[in-house]
Amino acid sequence: MSSIATADVGHHGGTDPHADHHHHELGFLQKWVFSTDHKVIGLQYGVTGLSFLFFGFLLMLVMRWQLANPGIAVPVVGGFLRSVFGETVMTDAGALTAAGYNVFGAMHGTIMVFFGIVPVAVAGFGNYVVPLQIGAPDMAFPKLNMASFWCFFTSCVLMMGSFFLKGSAAKSGWTAYPPLAGIADFENGNIWLNGQTMWLIAMVFNITGSLLGSINFITTIIQLRAPGLTWMRLPFFVWAQFVTAFLLVLAFPPLEAAGFMQLTDRVLGTSFFMPTGLVVGQSVAQTWSGGGSPILWQHLFWFLAHPEVYVLILPAIGIVSEIVANNTRKPLYGYKAMVYSVFTLGFLSFIVWAHHMYMTGMGAKVAAFFQVTTIMISVPSVILLTALLLSLWGGSIRFNTPMLFATSFLPMFGLGGLTGIPLAFNAVDLFLHDTYYVIGHFHYVVAPGTIFGLFAGVYFWYPKVTGRKMSEFLGKVHFWGSLLAINGLFFPMFIQGMGGVHRRWYDGGVTYEQLAGPVLHWNKVMTVSAGILALFQLVFIFNFFTSWKFGKKVGRNPWDATTLDWDTPTPPPHGNFDKPIEVFRGPYEYSVPGYHADFHPQTSRD
Amino acid sequence: MSASHSHSPTPAGAAHDAHGHDQAAEAAHIAAHIGGYIKVGVGLLVLTGITVGLSYVDFGSRQMNIIVGMIVATIKAAMVAAIFMHLKGEKMTIWRFLIMTAIFVVGLFLLTLLTHSDPVSGTSYSTH
Amino acid sequence: MSNPITKYLPFFTDAEVPHTVSARPDTGLYSAKLGIWLFLASEVMLFGGLFSAYIFLRLGAEPGYWPAGLLNVPVGTMNTAILIVSSITVVMAWAALKMRQLGKYKLYMLVTIVCGLIFLTVKLSYEWPAKFNHFGVFIKKEEASKYEEFLGNKHLKDTGQSPRWEISGHLLDAPKGSHYAHQAEHNAEHFAHETGRHDAVTPAEDDYVIQLDAVNANPSDKENDRPHFWPVPTSTKLAVIKASDVESASVFAPRHSTYFATYFLITGLHGLHVLGGIIVFLYLWLPFRGGTQLYKTNPEHLANRVEIAGLFWHFVDLVWIFVFPIFYLL
Repeated sequence: MSSIATADVGHHGGTDPHADHHHHELGFLQKWVFSTDHKVIGLQYGVTGLSFLFFGFLLMLVMRWQLANPGIAVPVVGGFLRSVFGETVMTDAGALTAAGYNVFGAMHGTIMVFFGIVPVAVAGFGNYVVPLQIGAPDMAFPKLNMASFWCFFTSCVLMMGSFFLKGSAAKSGWTAYPPLAGIADFENGNIWLNGQTMWLIAMVFNITGSLLGSINFITTIIQLRAPGLTWMRLPFFVWAQFVTAFLLVLAFPPLEAAGFMQLTDRVLGTSFFMPTGLVVGQSVAQTWSGGGSPILWQHLFWFLAHPEVYVLILPAIGIVSEIVANNTRKPLYGYKAMVYSVFTLGFLSFIVWAHHMYMTGMGAKVAAFFQVTTIMISVPSVILLTALLLSLWGGSIRFNTPMLFATSFLPMFGLGGLTGIPLAFNAVDLFLHDTYYVIGHFHYVVAPGTIFGLFAGVYFWYPKVTGRKMSEFLGKVHFWGSLLAINGLFFPMFIQGMGGVHRRWYDGGVTYEQLAGPVLHWNKVMTVSAGILALFQLVFIFNFFTSWKFGKKVGRNPWDATTLDWDTPTPPPHGNFDKPIEVFRGPYEYSVPGYHADFHPQTSRD
Repeated sequence: MSASHSHSPTPAGAAHDAHGHDQAAEAAHIAAHIGGYIKVGVGLLVLTGITVGLSYVDFGSRQMNIIVGMIVATIKAAMVAAIFMHLKGEKMTIWRFLIMTAIFVVGLFLLTLLTHSDPVSGTSYSTH
Repeated sequence: MSNPITKYLPFFTDAEVPHTVSARPDTGLYSAKLGIWLFLASEVMLFGGLFSAYIFLRLGAEPGYWPAGLLNVPVGTMNTAILIVSSITVVMAWAALKMRQLGKYKLYMLVTIVCGLIFLTVKLSYEWPAKFNHFGVFIKKEEASKYEEFLGNKHLKDTGQSPRWEISGHLLDAPKGSHYAHQAEHNAEHFAHETGRHDAVTPAEDDYVIQLDAVNANPSDKENDRPHFWPVPTSTKLAVIKASDVESASVFAPRHSTYFATYFLITGLHGLHVLGGIIVFLYLWLPFRGGTQLYKTNPEHLANRVEIAGLFWHFVDLVWIFVFPIFYLL
């Protein structure tokens, strides 16, 4: 390490011009596994998270089969699933059991939220792109970054391992509501090695990893911006990640505390969430002292889980903003308004959580408070969406694959958001609570919303990571197929929900035929759509791996973009930049009149 | 903190010599604070005694005693934060985060309590 | 450039990141200081969640189910003082480093570490075990009149106080099959040795025999209506309680009541923070490369590390400043 100048260059340029001198050849483990480089960690998070997204999707496919064909063996893979997941989950014939449906439901939710979307959207894209976009050589705390990933990885191993415990994985929903979660999974007599306890332990690791990562993001964005990169010159994606990181730092710890409490309820017999006189089986349970409150868990859980919704959506909005600006060849409409909106959104998201709890018997005053804040939060959301929509106005839009996903994000997220407004009113919510309407609402936000945003991001930054573009043709096949199938999957949920179909019926509503009969045939439509959706994801997987080897080679800036991430070599080397970085202008100077090109990079001086 | 940015992890002594003057000025500045640290520490010990003492004084109700106890504890906490943790005179960046954190933690307390104190009539959040 | 991936993606060690030691001019902060404050903000929310649970459960507790005066106040006060002293010494250690006085730094840091260890030792070897050998039974309300001589509910009602449902003390005999049988046997031997009495063990198989705390021995005594600074010793009076009259019975462990659940969880988590702080301080005190060795090459870096660790330690102290009154005093 002879390079004195690079050690603490500080404001003179957050770059490392001597990066190439440090090519000590280390082994595979240090390059790819125990790496402290933000790009490798971003890839680790991204690949792990994408794998979990597909795994969570597969769980859902089995559930959807069960809902459309209750009690009938899963075709082709039924026997295989029986041998993998065991007798709790699958019957000998290969059909999903009731307990199995609960396992898959709980794990689908947990995996999609905490092991899929957050790792990909926040930790994956955030880690890879944020330091590049702010002109930093790495994250502020590279070792902490590595620790964050390994905490997350530990939680993955524990969570997946819990499938193989006696009695299988957690069955109490991703919300783990006590008292049911407090008494679940004790059948095998082991207080530690059972699904729900393992769920809690895994979540504690997951949360710790998230906290370490978020602290790193905030510090990096504040401390390591390149010279000249003032706050209002930051790409919107960085703003979105900044606010997201704050949500995680401040909202996750109460859930970690609640996780400890439920853990002690389960292993030490405390009663944080276990009420007095709880009847388990035939008699009053003596295992708990009593005096606890299940409502307390709901408060602490939703104190995280509502901001978590914005953790899921904000990075996707950030990605979409980058792609929209780049492909309309125009600045974002109302950049500053978007920045202020994203802050307002972040702030308000902390004081709306009890709208998930209208059914717990809260009084009119409190319900009114949460109704008002919930309606208020739709204002910044609508500003964000409107700004993106207006950004399209009058642009000569390039409809490449990333842009297709990004544009479809707007109506899809809009549908998810607008269907949420009725749920904000507690009178309406009393009717719709726990129906498929709610499922439809939040799936529109996170599936054709966030996940489409993530796909857009994968297609957009893939060339930067690998040096090759993904196939446009396969990308378009993937997009149109997914768009149609995903609407076939989620739109009928609104119809079913208003018809009264409850989200936890494991037989697809057959038992409640008299109540829900007229809407049950939609189950078949949704299940077929889910199958088609799965087929089109195979196209993506194929495209993802083959393009790595055979995709079209690209240079530094294949999209003619302005931000700093396109000002690095492709792929970026260790230390990221091959020249000192200084920023002279805002992030989206496209089609500037009088400039010789239609994009004006942030580093360009003239 | 004006001097600190001039130190870099360079070979031994280089930075130290080059900026010896800054460092000396800062050292003198800190030396002037040491008496203050001791005073605050003694103050905290005294306030601990007062907290214990006050808890045996009857302020009329358990609630009043709790309020008095919490006020003293808050004073102590403020002393630790302001002096030992140097929040007094700390950079705005840090203050902004902490104010935000304070708002959210108070929100967590208050809103949770509100739902507690305002149940639908006929039901109760009482845990028994 | 045959394969750009293998050419450009070998990542070796940390990239050299600016502002690890020096402050960034526009924020005036080095990165670690910002990082630790963000971490402390998350810690505020973590303990905030726990304290909000405390408030929620305490306000929701039925009268008579939130005990008071069960913890040892003098010991708690001493531990509070020890933590405060350690907070002073850690800030002095940092100041010594800033003034480039390595000897003083080492001395102050040693005192800090020792204070932390004393705090933990008192907690783990005295306070907690004393609770684990203290037993309480909650009497079913419909059976409470049978035990009026130990509960004193008439007196409490007349003087406008919350009712009492718990009888506590040392367990001398437990119902057959209780997993406290071993503890009871041990206590009974001790009791016989101290008093010469051998009447503690009853032949009945479904009785609890408890050597009463003062508050249950004389429940109508005005002396027992107020909290005591010095713990009042256990009386030699015994109570025999039928197991069928008992709502719940346990030692003063987390499972005893929501009070002890919050007490053990919060002090336990706080104790883990103390332990973490001690480990970091030891690292900075011993001649590791990142510890006192660093003084030779970059004293400012070491001072920064001590400042960061110190901020964490002050926060741990700050949490205790609230923990102490809410559990011991109020």
